[in-house]
Amino acid sequence: MNSIPTFSSMKAEAGLNKALGMPRPDILAEISASGLKGRGGAGFPTGVKWNFAASAKADRKYIICNADEGEPGTFKDRVILQEYADLVFEGMTIAAKAVGAKEGILFLRGEYTYLRPHLEAVLARRREQKLLGKEILGTNLEFDIRIFLGAGAYICGEETALIECLEGFRGEPRNRPPFPVNTGFLDRPSVVNNVETLAWAACILQEGADWFKSKGTEKSTGIKIFSVSGDCAAPGVYEFPLGITIKELLRKVGGENARAVQIGGASGQCVPASEFHRTIAFEDVPTGGSVIVFGPQRDMLKVAKNFMEFFVEESCGQCTPCRYGNVVLLQGIEKLEAGECSMAYLKELTALGETMQIASKCGLGQSSPSAFLSIVKHFGDEILGRAPQAYRRQP
Amino acid sequence: MSDQTIRMDQTSRAPVSQKGHQVPLTSPEGIGAQVSITIDGRAVKVPFGTTILEAARTAGIRIPTLCQHDDLCIAGVCRICVVEVEGMRTLQAACAYPITSPLTIKTHTRKVRQARRHILDLMLANHYGECYSCWRNQNCELQSLADEYGVDFFRFGHPDKPMFPKDESSYSVVRDMNKCILCRRCVRTCIDLQEVGVLEAANRGDQTKIATFMDKPLSEVVCINCGQCINRCPTSALAAMDPTDEVWTDIDDPKKHVIIQTAPSPRAAIAECFGLPAGTALTYQLNTALKHCGFDRVFDTNFTADLTILEEGTELLLRLHTALVEKRLDAALPQFTSCSPGWVKYLEHFYPEMIPHLSSAKSPQQMFGAVIKTYYAKLHGIDPADIVTVALMPCSAKKFECNRPEMCDSGFKDVDYGLTTRELAAMIKEAGIDLLSMGPSEFDSPFGGATGSGVVFGSTGGVMEAAIRSVVELVCGIKVENLFDHARVVPVRGFEGVRYAEIPIKAVGPVPDLLKGHFKDWAWLKGATLKVGVAHGTANAKMVLEDIRAGGRFSECHFIEFMACPGGCIGGGGQPIPTSPKIRTARAQAIYKEDESYAVRKSHENPDVLKIYNEFLTDGPCGHISHKLLHTGYTARGKYIL
Repeated sequence: MNSIPTFSSMKAEAGLNKALGMPRPDILAEISASGLKGRGGAGFPTGVKWNFAASAKADRKYIICNADEGEPGTFKDRVILQEYADLVFEGMTIAAKAVGAKEGILFLRGEYTYLRPHLEAVLARRREQKLLGKEILGTNLEFDIRIFLGAGAYICGEETALIECLEGFRGEPRNRPPFPVNTGFLDRPSVVNNVETLAWAACILQEGADWFKSKGTEKSTGIKIFSVSGDCAAPGVYEFPLGITIKELLRKVGGENARAVQIGGASGQCVPASEFHRTIAFEDVPTGGSVIVFGPQRDMLKVAKNFMEFFVEESCGQCTPCRYGNVVLLQGIEKLEAGECSMAYLKELTALGETMQIASKCGLGQSSPSAFLSIVKHFGDEILGRAPQAYRRQP
Repeated sequence: MSDQTIRMDQTSRAPVSQKGHQVPLTSPEGIGAQVSITIDGRAVKVPFGTTILEAARTAGIRIPTLCQHDDLCIAGVCRICVVEVEGMRTLQAACAYPITSPLTIKTHTRKVRQARRHILDLMLANHYGECYSCWRNQNCELQSLADEYGVDFFRFGHPDKPMFPKDESSYSVVRDMNKCILCRRCVRTCIDLQEVGVLEAANRGDQTKIATFMDKPLSEVVCINCGQCINRCPTSALAAMDPTDEVWTDIDDPKKHVIIQTAPSPRAAIAECFGLPAGTALTYQLNTALKHCGFDRVFDTNFTADLTILEEGTELLLRLHTALVEKRLDAALPQFTSCSPGWVKYLEHFYPEMIPHLSSAKSPQQMFGAVIKTYYAKLHGIDPADIVTVALMPCSAKKFECNRPEMCDSGFKDVDYGLTTRELAAMIKEAGIDLLSMGPSEFDSPFGGATGSGVVFGSTGGVMEAAIRSVVELVCGIKVENLFDHARVVPVRGFEGVRYAEIPIKAVGPVPDLLKGHFKDWAWLKGATLKVGVAHGTANAKMVLEDIRAGGRFSECHFIEFMACPGGCIGGGGQPIPTSPKIRTARAQAIYKEDESYAVRKSHENPDVLKIYNEFLTDGPCGHISHKLLHTGYTARGKYIL
């Protein structure tokens, strides 16, 4: 029970107790002041999100915890839910008080079904402890949480697709605007926050915004939980302050000899060794927590292919650029592998990738070409250097 | 006389955020406010919440669209309408972006043009087939866009083999997923507009396709054949089952006596297939063209529309008698109209327990087939086996209807082929006939005498209007013009989804000769109030049926007109493409104009109809002969098909 030292050091329900004694605007102000940004990857300021939902007028509002942790190389939410579920539920309850919601939903990734009994037990205990239900801890706050199991689609991590899924429809993103804080689950204002974001919200209420701000950078405050995997000595879950350089991070996980690092999972970017001085922060290299280390022996074209195969599989198929664009990029990689891709066609593929980044309907299609584009940019020589099949030495 | 328009909220499955044509306002304070924006350097003011697409249209700027359709809720999936908004990293879909703050928009920057070109290239890389072997050639939105954006090669390839088998199982609708670009207009039509729900996207990524339940063929699912999906498909992924080859074969056979009946709606719309604006009726020029094509006789479906009114109207009076005089509970009121085959199949699938409410009268198309192969054959001494009856209809469901096994009461298949407006236009073009330069000619006798009542059948509310004109005159013994100016039964007209009207029967007249076999007097109707309803589009029909189930106002109605298609027959699934509320309004105007041009405008005054009751259907409306030939039964299909 000590994977994440900061979470382990928190006193149970101290944040919630404090929040219950605060007027709603004060809670919102505290979260806004902390500068907490969404920990799922997009980095939207949590305070702004809560404020929007709080000021929306509606008969019902919802707090939704996004535990559809599907980004390749990300597993920190699983650890948080396993070891610090109380902190997450505490954060949800604080959010409920702040925006005026009575119902919370934990959207649990289908692959995490095995976590459900544990989480249900925690919820049951919290109800007994009067931490959920009517009159929470003797106050007039009413809030309860139910668990909804996803069906194993990556796209449902996108908040509007998640909401469609919750409503019983095909998991596909909606048009934005309107945003979920305004028109979300069942067309009611809904706050959709990542597991880690909610845990941090509970910490911030306990320790104060200043404590949170004292870590990290000016634009990326606080600590971030990382899932580190790949060619390093000690893969696992880590907490580092935001603003840490990639070099520093690699040193701590035993991956100093990496030739590249994929930051932000499949939809993130691939940073070559020459840029390891860059920092992991929303203003530089943003991340939802996934760090995949590529050692010296890795073939970067295979890396790109692996990611594109993932997106071909996981595109929801709704909008044209993402549905077919990923396939064309994957076919392009296969051409590169076979040494049959001309410079001119690679240029076309790069242009297509750029179109996908700006013309796709949701974040999936907008970010799916990133890995490919950054690998083409940084490892162009290696990628284009393949000899056509006919000229290769036969083994 | 009282009438009331009822607006009910659409109960579609689309989230509120994507319902209707307009994206909802994100803050109620903005309602009515104007926002100043700049599009391509032009300053315009638009109402708060207007989409970028609408704003551009008002400013006279064209933004290409594919998944957007004026009849459907917003999808924002094809991305062809993307535009650049200053200060935003990504391009925005113009069809789905509501303007709530002053924006600077550019619609054709380099980024935008490149994105659109890429999107087209990606679609074409997954669109099998060549334009010259496609029935939508020169009427295809994908083809037009490829032309507009100067596509001169397939950047990302082009399939050389079909990827899907064609589904030709249905009598009405053919699906060819090789042409599908996944704009999902058909899905939104089927689920949201019609609330039938046969089509939905299945699988994900590049495996995504539009599928039926368990990928069953269309003939084995609850498809009602309305063909609204065909009218809204931008490509040729959806089509009507085309029988023109068979029709030509019969025309070419000198032994066959080929008769075509033409319905009023195709006549009011076929001009669109020849480049004329919507709302141009070409009824009499069409007669000439059909003769040139080689049809032996051209009859007017209006004749049997009038016959339908007398049969259905008499049935209604009989049901009212059962309920009011005999006080029986099995009268099954309200009576539902049965002339829309899409609607009939909808009821059979979704509300089979309400089938007793359906009028047993056949549709005008089927009545005509039965009359031609019996009465007409006898009259002219032609062996009915040599007669081929073709029906020009605005409808794809009519193709299924004429193939229903029970539709053989003449001893032969009553109607051999149903042709859509589009298919007939293609035949006329193939024959090299210049429809627009044809002189007018009359319909052939003995069914030439039609009335304005038959014509208005084509628009929603028309059957009810025709029924009211006749019932008022036959029962009250007064001229309908005394109640409604120029016999325009305005309360049942219009395009509101659901309409309701009441007609008090203050006085009664003598029973006309035609109905003396059924009624002695009308005293039992005196002081009663006739309550009627109208619904068009099956989504609206569903609302009325649910209201009846819940014992609401429509459960107290006596007679309700249902049409499967939005707008009625003028918006049918066999009508020219494209369709929009504006186009349907223009077609309806043509219909009402034609109605007023008739000397006789009431079904019961049609001399040829009276003649057929004298000579052939001698025991009158709803008599034994008419029951055998002009009435039918229905099948409780339910939703579960093995």
